[in-house]
Amino acid sequence: MSGIWVVLEERDGRVSRTSWEALAAGQRLAAQDGKFVHAAVMGSATEALAAEVAGKALTKVARIEHPLLARYTSDAYTIALHQFFEQEKPEYIVFPHTYQVRDFAPALAARMNQVLISDVVGFEQGPVFTRQLLQGRLAGTYRHQGEGPCFVSVQAGAFRADAVEAGTPEVTSFTPTIDAAQIRTRPGEPFRGSAQTVDLASAPLIVSVGRGIKEADNLPLVQELAAALGAELAASRPICDNGWLPMERQVGSSGQTVSPKLYLAVGISGAIQHLVGMKGSQCIVAINKDPDAPIFEVADYGIVGDLFEVVPALTEAVKAAK
Amino acid sequence: MKIIVAIKQVPERDAQVRIDASAKWIEESDLQYAMNESDAYALEEALQLKEKNGGEVIVLSAGPERVGTTIREALAKGADRAIHVDCNDLNQRDALAVARLIAEAVKPESPDLVLTGLQSDDLGYGQTGVILAELLGVPHASLILHVEKTDGGLPEERIKVKRELEAGWFQDIELPLPAVLTIQSGGNKLRYATLMGIKKAKSKEMRVVPAAEIASAIPPVAVLESIALPQKQRSTQIIPGDPKQAAAALVEKLKFEARVL
Repeated sequence: MSGIWVVLEERDGRVSRTSWEALAAGQRLAAQDGKFVHAAVMGSATEALAAEVAGKALTKVARIEHPLLARYTSDAYTIALHQFFEQEKPEYIVFPHTYQVRDFAPALAARMNQVLISDVVGFEQGPVFTRQLLQGRLAGTYRHQGEGPCFVSVQAGAFRADAVEAGTPEVTSFTPTIDAAQIRTRPGEPFRGSAQTVDLASAPLIVSVGRGIKEADNLPLVQELAAALGAELAASRPICDNGWLPMERQVGSSGQTVSPKLYLAVGISGAIQHLVGMKGSQCIVAINKDPDAPIFEVADYGIVGDLFEVVPALTEAVKAAK
Repeated sequence: MKIIVAIKQVPERDAQVRIDASAKWIEESDLQYAMNESDAYALEEALQLKEKNGGEVIVLSAGPERVGTTIREALAKGADRAIHVDCNDLNQRDALAVARLIAEAVKPESPDLVLTGLQSDDLGYGQTGVILAELLGVPHASLILHVEKTDGGLPEERIKVKRELEAGWFQDIELPLPAVLTIQSGGNKLRYATLMGIKKAKSKEMRVVPAAEIASAIPPVAVLESIALPQKQRSTQIIPGDPKQAAAALVEKLKFEARVL
């Protein structure tokens, strides 16, 4: 019995926040099913990462180390983890649901005749895993069937990073066999898309606009509301995809993560890619014509109605209250 | 360059969805359907690559008979021909089973490039392209916004792609062909089908392949057991009244109850 392995990801030389959340999920799964939980760190030099997790309630910390793991490639990661898990034979493999994990974990699972249960938001006895369907309109429960490890990736924010418990694990090393010729892609240095001139992360008030605005010509409506509130203007991805607002104003997994005092979402349905970027806000207000829109699942206050009527009325009400 | 674009037909974005009697899927009878959004961007990228480099664009879609309308739309936008993998139980298959089905349909065509959207708007597994590359034994890159053919004088054909990373970062990746790419939305402006395109689409080849002929059904590893309405994370106060009343009440609450203004 090899229990649960959580594969951690590095960000700026440290264990990433979403990795701690995955670890918390792994510990909860272990407690629920009475299993051991372990963590794996990967890279060309993993000492510092291993040291970061060495104080947590884990049975083992494995350092999967190889010069060819210095920069992420799907090929090297898949090869290394495949070898490691063939040796360890875990029952569960837990990842944070990051862009990097999405790039290799499905292939790794397929190589082991398994399927990743992706973007999980919770689990219950069984275990049955819950994930969102139809852009958050519905939730589906999934069960792993058959032999072999169950692959799970957990959504950012679904588990609490500060819930990770302390302990004294054994630290081990694993050196995979990777040949440079097996790596077929050549990744370049990461770069920023454009000069970042808007710092949404430090804005106390944000008015954010989504698809419901229909046309670029209608944007002044929300700009006026933002001006009346003294708020920064932000947007969901489709608005930036269409070029109506610059990419730097995008909130969500591919844009900025914000947690202002007030986040006012106008015509945003609340797809998970957007919610992960703003659900930590202190107070969330949603204006949407669809009462079933997933944005209402995270909102503190809601107005169900036509934004073309509600927003101008709100701008007036804000001005009147000053 | 021979390009296959794998597209999926999904419920329209604003469609009202209802859970069906089995509680395992949604009521499909009265739904409107559309092309999955990121797949539409994959198609656009493929059409632009063809316009620059020549070649052929083939659309491939798995699903029941109704997906024919989405395939025709792709043909009207400029795809040359289509393959429809006729399959009535797509929602019950897990990501590996669907990728196997698509891989078997792709193999006889030996394309240079397979493009697909990064994630479906209905099931949202976000895995089909990556597993497909694994099954075909070719390299892949995911979350791609732009594709360029490079002419590095190497013996093999290569492409350079722009990959989206998290939090506003990007990365260029070079990889040899054949390859699979999953396309992120927003990299291009989507085209509309022209009247001429719609007319031409009617005479383009659409080959229907029954799923059972190309891949045997295997039991899923990840089983969708039931669907339900999501649990609310916060209790939302819905503010009633006409727009003016609701707006005034909201400002009051933000000032004196939430104290954020």
